[in-house]
Amino acid sequence: MAKYILKRLLLVIPTMYIISILVFVTIQLPPGDYVTVMLENMRNQQTGGTTWTPEFEEAMRERYGLNEPVYVQYYKWVENIVVHGDFGYSFYYNVSSEQMITDRMGMTLAVSLSSFVFTWMIALPIGVLSAVRQYSFADYFFSFIGFLGLATPGFLIALVLVFISFKYGGISVTGLFSDEYEQAPWSFAKVIDLLKHLWIPMIIIGVSGTAGLIRVMRANLLDELHKPYVEAARAKGLPEWKLLIKYPLRQAMNPFVSTLGWVLPGLIAGEAIISIVLNLPTSGPILLQALKQQDMFLAAGFLMLLSLLTITGMLLSDILLAWLDPRIRFESK
Amino acid sequence: MAHRVIPFPKRVPAEVTAVEETDAPKILVASQWRLMWWKFRKHRLAMMSLVIIFTFYFVAFFAGFFAPFTKEFYSKNYTQAPPQSVHLFDNGQFSPFVYAYKQKTDPMTYKRSYTEDKEKKIRLGFFVKGEEYQIGFGGIPVPVINKLSVKWDVHFFGPVETGAPFYFLGADDTGHDLWSRMIYGAQISLSIGLVGVFLSLGLGILLGGISGLIGGIVDNFIQRLIEVLRSIPDIPLWMALATAVPPRWSPVAVYFGITIILSLLGWTGMARVVRGKFLSLREEDFVVAAELDSVPRMRIITRHMIPSFMSHIIASVTLAIPGMILGETALSFLGLGLRKPVVSWGVMLHEAQNIPAIANTPWLLIPGLAVVITVLAFNFLGDGLRDAADPYH
Repeated sequence: MAKYILKRLLLVIPTMYIISILVFVTIQLPPGDYVTVMLENMRNQQTGGTTWTPEFEEAMRERYGLNEPVYVQYYKWVENIVVHGDFGYSFYYNVSSEQMITDRMGMTLAVSLSSFVFTWMIALPIGVLSAVRQYSFADYFFSFIGFLGLATPGFLIALVLVFISFKYGGISVTGLFSDEYEQAPWSFAKVIDLLKHLWIPMIIIGVSGTAGLIRVMRANLLDELHKPYVEAARAKGLPEWKLLIKYPLRQAMNPFVSTLGWVLPGLIAGEAIISIVLNLPTSGPILLQALKQQDMFLAAGFLMLLSLLTITGMLLSDILLAWLDPRIRFESK
Repeated sequence: MAHRVIPFPKRVPAEVTAVEETDAPKILVASQWRLMWWKFRKHRLAMMSLVIIFTFYFVAFFAGFFAPFTKEFYSKNYTQAPPQSVHLFDNGQFSPFVYAYKQKTDPMTYKRSYTEDKEKKIRLGFFVKGEEYQIGFGGIPVPVINKLSVKWDVHFFGPVETGAPFYFLGADDTGHDLWSRMIYGAQISLSIGLVGVFLSLGLGILLGGISGLIGGIVDNFIQRLIEVLRSIPDIPLWMALATAVPPRWSPVAVYFGITIILSLLGWTGMARVVRGKFLSLREEDFVVAAELDSVPRMRIITRHMIPSFMSHIIASVTLAIPGMILGETALSFLGLGLRKPVVSWGVMLHEAQNIPAIANTPWLLIPGLAVVITVLAFNFLGDGLRDAADPYH
């Protein structure tokens, strides 16, 4: 088991290496760089008819290290992250990137993980219910809701909620904190306030994932329910619910656990766009801003960490699966 | 004596035999595609979805005819006008009409408010004369296709009097008719999914095929690449790639830029299906038989392997389209994908991004409904196709 985990852990390194190249190339793709965007912004604001000499532009590039060849920039960027844990400088916000990133990634983590827990808590019992009571009203009802959740883009649900809350008053759906806690230092009251706001994005982000998981759970359990060992247990007189939990459910859990790998990227992707609509202090809005401003180190840092988050999810699901299912453990030896 | 081919009734599905007992020979000699069609027909939801999708594409293709106005048409007098309800009968006679708008402008905020003017009826009719438009994919920014189109001025349904205010689903901030623009937007939103899926299908078949056929290091490399690509959350990466599409590009270039971006991540799923199929088919009796008959490799692939998993490919392609449509909608909604003056469902939803817009003109969210219906229909259709893909089971 320890060997298996170590092997999976070591595999993270080349994966992150390839992702870092992909991310850096992607960030370099837009024509021009931050200096181009900055000068354009200044020109648009028409600050006192100042003109920029090519020398000034060159000096700015030199200061930010943007005049070096791409591979040198890449090397320096990776070196700083690996050796110093330094994600580079955010040109736009004039602070170091990791300060922005740690602030926001914490919130992203909170929102994503809570919607993940929500997804599982909803999908597991509903999946079991629709498998055990196949073709019942509940089965059809939840299947329908599930498909609807799968087909509706999360931001649309968010927009509709914004409309409803505006029209009929009541709860505010945007943001993660009340005004008075926005800038306040962390305290117990602030956490409570966070929890009061968290459930709306949690549900919106979780809906589409839930739909997929219900289908998976239902299909898995249906496969198991008609196997001879279930009949045998029933013939021996085990109560129905005990039988369900002890035998087929455990078997059906395996593919369910492996979904952790693909549900998490989906949740994080969904979180990015929904937090833009609902104006949540997570990574989504800042990433969008950074991409538009070509604030490259900030954007690259976010993309790297979001990918790391999903890779961690996949790693966890693999380890969990190996722990649950001895066949996987022994095969990989 | 000439030997006769004996029909091989080995793997006929039990249910089919039971249902069509009387014409059993028909099943025995039916082609694979015919068997699939029989099985698909039984999936009611998938059949319904097929009809819906067909209707959507048909309407989108003849958008100019089905939309009461052209997509450029706007009226400054009716900005933010709410939807009108269509009355089909007037005094017990079939004569569709809507009431005209009565408007008031708030002297302080200059905000317009509309009420129905019960005095004035705007007559509606079928096949009415209106603005001139082009038949065909006028909305798709491809010059060659645009040249092929024919001009006409008859609209399927609209106001009898040309230019009378008829806003079935309301108007946007500039006074465009939302209903007409939704029909035109379908051209972009529905086609981008198709084009994107074909791009990723090409990539998927190529790389998945190579992976499955060659194996070894190449297979390992491609599989790792797929794993890496799948572990990056799609929307953030799409956002990053979409910022690389310069806003100054022509609509044609942006359209294809976005399509390519969407398929850059989309091919991985397709490649997995293709690879898996190649691996399992390699062991099948009929492939081994062909190999022993020393059929050239290329011929085995094209004559024996590809036809036998074509149906699975079609099902996976159908299931991949909704992802593309949702991707385009999300990117355009964020203002990173397609932009005005291109009309797509995502671009239309972009206008409903802020709270004041949603509060004043909630009908701007209606294009979202079109997205949901389309995605649902494609999902059901894909489900039906997947079930039917293997008619022998």
